[in-house]
Formats: sequence, C-alpha cells, structure tokens
Amino acid sequence: MPELNLIEAVNLALRSEMQRDAGVLVLGEDVGRNGGVFRATVGLLDAFGEERVIDTPLAETLIAAMAIGLATQGFKPVAEIQFSGFTYPCIDQIVNHAARYRHRTRSRLSCPMVLRAPNGGGIHAPEHHSESVEATFAHIPGLRVVAPSTPARAYGLLLAAIRDPDPVIFLEPTRLYRLFKQAVEDNGEALPLDTAFVEREGQDLTLVSWGAMMQDARAAADRLAEEGISVELIDVATIKPLDMDTILASVAKTGRCVIVQESPRAGGWASEIAANIAEHGLLNLFAPVLRVSGYDTIMPLARHEALYIPDTERILAEVRKVFEFAPKA
Amino acid sequence: MSHSSPAVERVAQFEVTYTQYLDPEGQPRAPLPDFAQDAEELRRMYRAMVQTRAFDKKAVVLQRTGRMGTYAACLGQEAIGTAIGCALRAEDIFIPAYREYAAQLLRGVRMRDILLNWGGDERGMHYEGCAIRHDFPLSVPIGSHVPQAIGVAYALKLRREPRVVLASCGDGATSKGDVYEAISSAKVWNLPLVFLISNNQWAISLPRGRQTGAQTLAQKAFAGGLPGEQVDGNDVIATRAVLAAAIERARSGGGPSLIEAITYRLHDHTTADDARRYRNEAEVQEAWQRCPVKRLKQHLEARGLLSASDEAALQQEASAFADQAAEEFLATPPASPAAMFDHLYAQLPKQYEWQRQEALARGLKPGH
Repeated sequence: MPELNLIEAVNLALRSEMQRDAGVLVLGEDVGRNGGVFRATVGLLDAFGEERVIDTPLAETLIAAMAIGLATQGFKPVAEIQFSGFTYPCIDQIVNHAARYRHRTRSRLSCPMVLRAPNGGGIHAPEHHSESVEATFAHIPGLRVVAPSTPARAYGLLLAAIRDPDPVIFLEPTRLYRLFKQAVEDNGEALPLDTAFVEREGQDLTLVSWGAMMQDARAAADRLAEEGISVELIDVATIKPLDMDTILASVAKTGRCVIVQESPRAGGWASEIAANIAEHGLLNLFAPVLRVSGYDTIMPLARHEALYIPDTERILAEVRKVFEFAPKA
Repeated sequence: MSHSSPAVERVAQFEVTYTQYLDPEGQPRAPLPDFAQDAEELRRMYRAMVQTRAFDKKAVVLQRTGRMGTYAACLGQEAIGTAIGCALRAEDIFIPAYREYAAQLLRGVRMRDILLNWGGDERGMHYEGCAIRHDFPLSVPIGSHVPQAIGVAYALKLRREPRVVLASCGDGATSKGDVYEAISSAKVWNLPLVFLISNNQWAISLPRGRQTGAQTLAQKAFAGGLPGEQVDGNDVIATRAVLAAAIERARSGGGPSLIEAITYRLHDHTTADDARRYRNEAEVQEAWQRCPVKRLKQHLEARGLLSASDEAALQQEASAFADQAAEEFLATPPASPAAMFDHLYAQLPKQYEWQRQEALARGLKPGH
C-alpha cells in the first residue's frame, strides 16, 4: 500500500474517480498544464485530456458558476479555488445558486459539484491565502462542508464528496498537505459523509477538532496521555451537517469537552458544537465546554500567524481549566 | 529638435449594427425573412404576444387584489420572449432572467406555474408535466445566472450534442462582473451559446445612460472576442431573425455571440415599484408608439392576415387563457408544511429530521 501525503491522496482520489466515472471533470486556475498551485491535479491533463481537465480564465465567480452549469447537466465537476480567501468571489454563486437549484426547482435541476480549496494558515503565505472559511459556508442551508485531516480521510471523503448528489465544499488543511505520509489504498471506497470519526477512544475528556488543527489536537492528546489523562479524540470531518450524535455520546462518557478551531472565535463552528452540547448534554458535564480558537482578528501575515493559530500549548491550557473547574458548592 | 512620431497601426476594428424589419407602424423596411412570409407562423407569433399581454395584465391584477405576491411585468417586452420561444429548438436550453414569459409560454411552461412562483410557491419552477423541463428557472439575482451558461454550454459541447444555450439578462445586469466573466470566457471554448440583453432602458430607477458610458451594450461582446449587434427588440420579426441566425451559427460550430435587443419597460419595475417617482410620463407615452404588439397587429392587418373578427376572437381567447391560469394558480393548495425540507438535499440528512417534524407539526396546527 503506497505511503502518500495529503495532497497526493487528493490527487489519487481525483485520478481514481475520473478513471471510474467519465462525468467527473476538474476545473480551475492552473489545474491543467501546471497541475495546480499545490499540485493537487498533477498528471490529470495527460491522463484525461483538456476537455476534462479545464484550465479556466482567472475568474473565481466564473469557476463556481461554470461548475454549477456543468453539474446541472449531469456532470460531476470538481472545481479548485487556489486559496481559501479567493473562495469569497464564489460565495454569491454557491449561496444563491449551487445550494438552491434543487430547492428552487423542486429537484428538477440539481448541483452535484465539489468546490475544493486549501483552508487555514501556517504556510507563510501572503494575505488572503490563510483564512479558515468553514463556518462561513457551514451557515448556508443546502451545502455540505467537509474538512479532512489525514491523507486516508482526504482520499475517502473526496470520493464521497464527488459522488454526493449535492454541492460539497471540500476544505483541505493547507499546512498538512505535505506534513506527513500515511498508507492510502486506492480501493475506490468512499468514507461516510455526515459522520464524525472517533480517532482515539478515551475516558476523561472529549477533544473535538477538524482539519489542520487535528494535528495539534493529536499532540495534545499524546501529552495528556503521558500525564495519565485519557482523551477521546474526535475528527468532525463533515462540518455540515454536523454529527452531534457521536460528540454527544462521547461527552456523555467523559463529561468534559474542549473544541479546537483555527478560525476566529465568534460564530465559529466550535460555538455551534458547544451550543448543541449545552442543549442536549448539559447534565453530563463536569465542567463548562471550552473553545480553543483563532482570535477575532484579521488573519495576520506570516510573522504573526503562529501567534494566531492555536497550538498544543493553548489546547493544553484550556484542557487544564476544564480539569481545574470546581462547581460552586 | 524634431518631434518623433511612433508607428501606430490599427490592430482591431469594430462596428455595431442595428437591425429592423418593421417600422413602428408595422410597415416593412426590407424584404421579410422566410418565416414572416408564412401567414400561419406570423399569426402564431401574434397569438403568443397577445396571450402574454393578457397574462401579464392578469398577474398584475392578482397582485393588486392581494391574491399574489410581487410580480415583474413584461409589458412592452412581449416581442423578445416570443422571438426566443420561436428561435430556440425544444432541445436547446434557455437560461432566463425573469421577464421573458412569452418564451416560457411558447416552450410549454404552464402559466399557472409562473403565477405559483410569484405567488410564493417553489413548485412553480418545477414545471411539472411541461414538455420542456431542462430550461433554467427564473433568476431573481441580477446577472449571476449568466456565467452558469458557460458550464451548461460546455456540457453540451463536451457531449457533442447539437444544442444551444440562450442566456438572457437586462441592461442593468451588464454592469455586473458576472456577466463580463461570461462574455470574456465564452469564446475561449467556442461555446454554442447566445447572450441576449433585453435593454428595456430602465434598471428600476436607473436609466440606461447611467449604467455605463458605453455607446451600446452590444459592443461589450467585442471585449470577449464575440460578435455583438443590436436589434429592434420591439420588432418581433427582426428579433427572431437575428436570434435565429445567432442560434444556428452557434449550433453549427460558429461559436458564441451577443445580441442587444432594444425595448422599453412600459410598466413599473415590479408591482412594488412606482416609476412615476423617477420617470417622465411623456417618455412612457412616446414609448407606447413603439409597442411591439401594436406593430405586429398593424403589419398583419395591412397584409390582410388579421380581420376585426380574428382580433376579437384572439383577445377573447387570450383573456380566457389568462383567467384559466389564474384559476389554476388560486386553486392550487399549499404544499406540505415539510416542503422546505423536502428538496434541500437529495436525501435530508438525519441531522435535520427533527426540524422537518417540527415544521410538519406546526404547519398542521390551525392558523397555518
């Protein structure tokens, strides 16, 4: 079984599904001859030709709109936006059209498309290249938002996203693209959408995250294990619709929960998870649910991005607050 | 010191034409195209225009009497919708804005469905039982549907299907970047696509001259490498002829083009608008002289193709047609209280099932 990094796993999923389904198309800026700015589409042009691997003009609204048009005609377009901050010109198309054609036409037309983009910071890039946009899209009815955190999940979830009959925003963890390798079998098997993964079972604390922050959450869980604290680690994976059943079941067992996100704090998806726990799991809690997040500021440029992005120490600090919490007598 | 002069060459040259067959009194200015030699075909076109006008009037009445929501009338623009309906083949794909009701009528959409949509029921865009179910629904946001035509046309070309996409928008939409992105890219893939701009001179309160300093909207095509031309959008014969030529050129591999149809919005923007706040009544009265329905009527009469009794019968039929559409709309019971969930996804994720159940229960209580 080949060892692949996350970007290679994305490439493998695209290649694998394009081989299997002639309706799958790839489009975006520099995705053809150049193989994508992160090389997610490398080799696809030679393998499948320029009709199916479409180098588009430099126009993000057009890319989203073209994907919508193709999807309504029964194709399975996978559009790439080069950096998360450049998904914003697509938002009108995604919110007002992709998410709505099925609803607007009572399923006469539908929009089985995937919009892929790298998500989050940590790669010392210019402005607009490091934003965490998952909550922005997750607020929109009719969409699915998926954020893988390992090569194997990137492969399996991207297959699932392409096969899904509705629009999926697929946000890839930029700084994990080449961070580590993992065995990924090209077995054509999709992983389930709308389902969180319990990555590690534990008894004392539920640690919830997604995307690139999962890597820091894993490190925090390792450190806590050394201290004798057993962490149940959950990769949300599908941001929307959110699998609260898995999280609530875990919190019922551990009684403690910390949620880690990279995006700004207010209105982030950690807030949605915490609210759900408050609504449905309050009496299982020994301590308040705490959030670890980016700050409510503009994503800083490279010199300060490490200050902004939560790290293992910040996660551990919040975890300690949970364990130190003493209810009023 | 002598002044040097650089070598300047002309590298591109553009020209915008304006086509008209009938003058405002319906008199031919040039030999008519073949379809306009056919009396039955002309009468079919006239019937569609008369039916559309009757429908439009009825829709406004429904809104004014509180039986339907906001409605965007097409008064004065019946020729463009009729030309679209006649120039497209059934298998072609129409991506409309929202004032081309004559096209929907000719393409087999039940007018009840148009009223359902404006009446607040999503089923209006389902086109249940309609002959053509691949057209796009009315698009409320301005211009954002236009770049989607690139993807649709690309799909048809990829499948080697001899079908054409027609995307329409208004003069206001040409100020939006979405429309430019579509115009700019269409020729890159030589797509089977026609852009139609219905220039009705007013985008709610903003006159055409305040949208852009460009002399014509047709010339916007040239920036994308497309042919662009103007046509008298109140001359149904000219509009159909120009559209048909563009559509058949696109079908035979000749690539995309853009047509600016010059018309006039005789009604308010919508029933929620009052154009007297910003528009000179004399301008509107003058525009009535160029009414497209009157023009074709006078032409038919001059050729002896429409008698007074023919006209009376047509008007009566159109009125009954509009009444029928209104009755069908009013007789359509509301959808299930769960309808807002039932087409959100192909299959509703279990996460939202409790919300659907709650809406169902609330919707079944008295008062809902």
